[in-house]
Amino acid sequence: MTDNQPEMPGLGRGMMAVAKRDLFLAWKRPGDVLNPLFFFAMVATLFPLAVGPSAEQLEFSGPGVLWVAALLAMLLSLNSLFVSDFEDGSLEQMLVSPVPLAALSLGKTIAHWLTSGLPLVIVAPILGMTFRMPASVMGVLMLTLLLGTISLSLLGSIGAALTVGLHRGTALLSLLILPLAMPLLIFGARTVSLAAAGDVVAGGLYFLAAYAVLIVSLAPFAIAAALRISNE
Amino acid sequence: MWKFIHKLASPPHFYGLAAKIIPWFFLPGLILIFYGLYGGLLLAPPDYQQGDAFRIIYVHVPSAYLSLMAYSIMAISAGIGLIWRLKLAHAVAAAAAPIGAWFTFLALATGSIWGRPMWGTWWEWGDPRLTSELVMLFLYFGYMALRGAIDDTAKADRASAVLALVGAVNVPIIHFSVEWWSSLHQGPTLMKKGGPAMDAAMLYPLLAMILGFTLIFGALLLRRVRTEVLYRERRTRWVRHLVLSSAVEKK
Repeated sequence: MTDNQPEMPGLGRGMMAVAKRDLFLAWKRPGDVLNPLFFFAMVATLFPLAVGPSAEQLEFSGPGVLWVAALLAMLLSLNSLFVSDFEDGSLEQMLVSPVPLAALSLGKTIAHWLTSGLPLVIVAPILGMTFRMPASVMGVLMLTLLLGTISLSLLGSIGAALTVGLHRGTALLSLLILPLAMPLLIFGARTVSLAAAGDVVAGGLYFLAAYAVLIVSLAPFAIAAALRISNE
Repeated sequence: MWKFIHKLASPPHFYGLAAKIIPWFFLPGLILIFYGLYGGLLLAPPDYQQGDAFRIIYVHVPSAYLSLMAYSIMAISAGIGLIWRLKLAHAVAAAAAPIGAWFTFLALATGSIWGRPMWGTWWEWGDPRLTSELVMLFLYFGYMALRGAIDDTAKADRASAVLALVGAVNVPIIHFSVEWWSSLHQGPTLMKKGGPAMDAAMLYPLLAMILGFTLIFGALLLRRVRTEVLYRERRTRWVRHLVLSSAVEKK
């Protein structure tokens, strides 16, 4: 080894570089960020139209509808997560980078969550209001969605990494991810319902937090393995 | 020990060995199932609460158990294939998935048939086991769909192995979350464990059925793995040799 060997970038720096780049790309193409958000609002609008505007019904179904809508919106945004990188070859550059692929994948999912998960969390209370959710529940709604979308970002990234480069990726991704996302949906929606009923919500929140911790620690490795396999 | 494993993992050796083992799984399995059916459907007394409807457990319980067992086998062999790059392990995982999906379907169908007289409905979302079986079926479908979407066998093996492992981590979480979710809807369901202990006349046929189903599952799995191995190795010399010699025999 000679002196002019370039210094290896640190884990955190590599991760942040990828995250920054993806955020910048999202800034340049705001449609990619806004579409899932509109989708979220649209799905949440469809339900009252379908089941009727009675206040009781809306109150009862609100948490579930918002959570299903958020789940679907996340899924929609995940489709394109690796596609452009795969097509323009930057994914291959990440594969050969000296920085571990798991760290780079985590960087990508951080950017993905900031651009598709966080907006949902912020918009959710507005939609919640249309479902007659009391103001006291908004905090719980946002917290469950915050924890839930983090997990969904990572979980979905595994699926997106497995299906990148496949023709039928879009439909396949939902089939792969939705069954795995069911615990999140159950705990997320039920916790909000419990909060609306004035019940204790700590258990559900703890579960969502524990799930998020588990998946933040494990998913990057699964994503990295999946990306390597998809690029073989 | 390692030598034995290496030998076992070599496709031609496995292909021959499996053919010899299959009858040893198949015949006892068949006998046990005949005994279980006879004992369960004719000898066992009707349940004091459920009447004759309980008899469906003789198919339902073994199927439900095998749906989980097949998933474990699939995930474990997928993991082995991924870590040690053992081709045979991938073949086992690929072969286990459709069988597991069928047993899951069988468990769902029998559970729903049982639910009709018991709950008065074909489908009860409040029952945690039925719901988590359904999620299980979706997991199998996802696995098979991913496998089907990738043309290259080696790539399909590895990609689906990652999925199977991710799924395996999630299966317990799904199971318990579904249980927690439905426990909020209603009290303990009829299927809750810890009810009155089973009478021996009911229990033994059930155990026989479980064991019999497992043996048949083993025979089916081995048979599928054989086919899978033959297909995967279709370009090798030993398969060509095998096919040619069997063609000569037929003449």
